[in-house]
Amino acid sequence: MSMDVKEYIASGKLELYVAGALSPEENLEVQHYAIQYPEIRKEIEEIEKAILELTKAASPKMPENGFAKVKAEIDDVIPFTPQASSKGTPWGSYLGWAASVLLAIGLFWMYTENSKLKSEIELTNQEKQSLEDILSDTQEEITSKETLLQEIRDRNVAVVALGGQTVSPESYAKAYWNKEENKVIIDAQGLPEPPDGFTYQVWSLRLDPLTPTSIGLLDDFASQDTKLFTLENANESEAFGITLEPEGGSETPTLEQLYTLGAVGS
Amino acid sequence: MDLDNLIQQFQKKDKVAFETLYNMYAENICGAINVIVKDAERSQEICQDVFVKIWEKSNQYDASKGRFFTWILNIARNAAIDEVRSKTHKNQKKNLPVDSLVGIFENGEDLNSKMDTIGLQSLLKGLKEKCILLIDMLYFKGYTQKEAAKELNTPVGTIKTRIRSCISNIRKNMA
Repeated sequence: MSMDVKEYIASGKLELYVAGALSPEENLEVQHYAIQYPEIRKEIEEIEKAILELTKAASPKMPENGFAKVKAEIDDVIPFTPQASSKGTPWGSYLGWAASVLLAIGLFWMYTENSKLKSEIELTNQEKQSLEDILSDTQEEITSKETLLQEIRDRNVAVVALGGQTVSPESYAKAYWNKEENKVIIDAQGLPEPPDGFTYQVWSLRLDPLTPTSIGLLDDFASQDTKLFTLENANESEAFGITLEPEGGSETPTLEQLYTLGAVGS
Repeated sequence: MDLDNLIQQFQKKDKVAFETLYNMYAENICGAINVIVKDAERSQEICQDVFVKIWEKSNQYDASKGRFFTWILNIARNAAIDEVRSKTHKNQKKNLPVDSLVGIFENGEDLNSKMDTIGLQSLLKGLKEKCILLIDMLYFKGYTQKEAAKELNTPVGTIKTRIRSCISNIRKNMA
């Protein structure tokens, strides 16, 4: 390690060290360098000498027997011997009172500690409960998604892609139709959120002649995160269409509001 | 016996070593107290108490935290500041007059203090007032470098370089 000793000495840190004005970390640092570099140690001693001169000059005239007085006091450590009191102070009863006060304080302290611990336990239990709730929610969600996945993957499922129409060319949707179970799962992720007071209605279509049959509404669209909707469909569908209808749905589709349409593949 | 050994013996409650240390530092410690208390008799009493305290606290001295003299100086100024505080009912170190050393230097004031004002004046000869003020704060009042910087509204770096030059000045005056 290289250190500029002269620079360190010139910094003024050593003066502060002697004053006791440095932080504990800086004290350690100076101490360390003082051991390593004799020049630094010597400088510290010189600074201390200046302060010794200064404080000495400020001293009152010292008494001759200064240390004798100090010595008398430090020798004068009287061992504790309980005295038999001339007044016959009832020490026993004082002690009894003191002990019971201490006991009361102790009991109160234990009581508060105990209640503190109890409320801590309660808090921990609450946390545990809410974590368990979250866990079970998550497990439910996984289960329902797995079920959905299985349903979609079923060999009897026909996948129908519904493309965007004039009113909303960007839109798209998918229908997973299980003919055996008369069930259609509509994946509506590609549809915009319906405006207030409106809802999407899904139609099963026969093409010749064009005969629409409502198979259900995509209600609560906004709050349904997966945008997957399961509907009943017992029709011999040739196509599926989704229109935007006033809330509650319509008897017949509003064709100007046809968002997506797709034919069932052969 | 060198200083380190002496201190070790003192920490083992050796009264002879303690007496040696007392003889080495009593005048200085009493002087530091006197600068603050400015009353010779009272300073001597406090000084005596301080040495009793030093004896009682001997196991608390830790060389890694600083010089032995720095440690006892700190005990002394705390006792002296307590004395002044209890007299004036001022509750903070900051409220103490920070110019006690300046006053002593300029006026040779306070006959009560019975100090060697001539010696003091020759040590402080040529020092600017802000030097004496800073010495007073750091050595006699126990300000940390940060506290001193704040009080004087100067950067910590300035405090360091200034105290270096002030103490160097005293060292020149000693030569």
